[in-house]
Amino acid sequence: MHEMSLCEGLIEIIEREARAQNFARVRTVWVEIGALSHVEPEAMRFCFSAVAHAGIAAEARFEVITVPGEAWCMSCAKTVPLTQRAEPCPDCGGYQLQVTAGDELRIKELEVD
Amino acid sequence: MHVPGLTQARVVQIERDILSKNDGYAAENRARFAAAGTFALNFVSSPGSGKTTLLVKAITDLKDQHPIAVIEGDQQTANDAERIRATGAPAIQINTGKGCHLDAHMVGHALEQLPPMQGGLLFIENVGNLVCPAAFDLGEAHKVAVLSITEGEDKPLKYPHMFAASDLLLLNKIDLLPHLDFDLAATIEYARRVNPKIEVLTVSAKTGEGMPAFYAWIAKRAAAARAAATAAE
Repeated sequence: MHEMSLCEGLIEIIEREARAQNFARVRTVWVEIGALSHVEPEAMRFCFSAVAHAGIAAEARFEVITVPGEAWCMSCAKTVPLTQRAEPCPDCGGYQLQVTAGDELRIKELEVD
Repeated sequence: MHVPGLTQARVVQIERDILSKNDGYAAENRARFAAAGTFALNFVSSPGSGKTTLLVKAITDLKDQHPIAVIEGDQQTANDAERIRATGAPAIQINTGKGCHLDAHMVGHALEQLPPMQGGLLFIENVGNLVCPAAFDLGEAHKVAVLSITEGEDKPLKYPHMFAASDLLLLNKIDLLPHLDFDLAATIEYARRVNPKIEVLTVSAKTGEGMPAFYAWIAKRAAAARAAATAAE
């Protein structure tokens, strides 16, 4: 359940940002989660509500922006879509793949007041 | 709608990796290893893969050639650190309590308690868990996944993130192969589906079979780490 630690990190970033940018309440949090990243968006949402409890983001909406997975297929020499790890190249069926997108786990922006 | 006298909602751009705090500590650890010429490995596996036995064997065989220290991660008990200390190597036990992984901050604290190890090896034994430790950079040179052949061929497909994050796969307990229906070639193929670049060595920490190849893998990279630190002085 490393999503809990990740959400604690997320809250820390938000609190630091609140001091730096002078806001008291977070209405919405937009988080970018790659389809090939190591977290489950629903687990993040659940942990966020637990960790945000009683803080400045206690009532915030947690919005997930899913970043689709992409890999460079060394056999086809081109970029191909990838929905999950350990899947073959949709074109050649091979596994000579290097993930190029979909590994993201970023806080993008906040709606605050 | 803007109501005078009320604060208006606004959007704040942040654009930061959620793991940025951990990654900052990992960078500090890595700089420390680079300055000291320490070659650090982060051993990851499920519980019971034989990580501690493997480390005890490696330390026993390598301690005359390199200073070696160990950081042990477990939820509870100091059993593993005690097994390591019996070899004469210093070991720090980190108990994560309810935590399921080591993070770079914990490792940084543990490093403060270890003796200086100019040009040595640091083995970090992560919490036995094939999921969470994949996400956390500790500052190591490489993650080394240990998979025992009693665990089933399809572990790399079931837990792909760990095998994607590792540079070396040690297939352990190879001495048991005659007693099992284990398809070694399939396991290696599955690991390479997830990570085409992963190196694979088959070993038995118990009998020592295959361990020299692992030591050679370490020696080559540890020498490079030492040379880089010496050149930087």
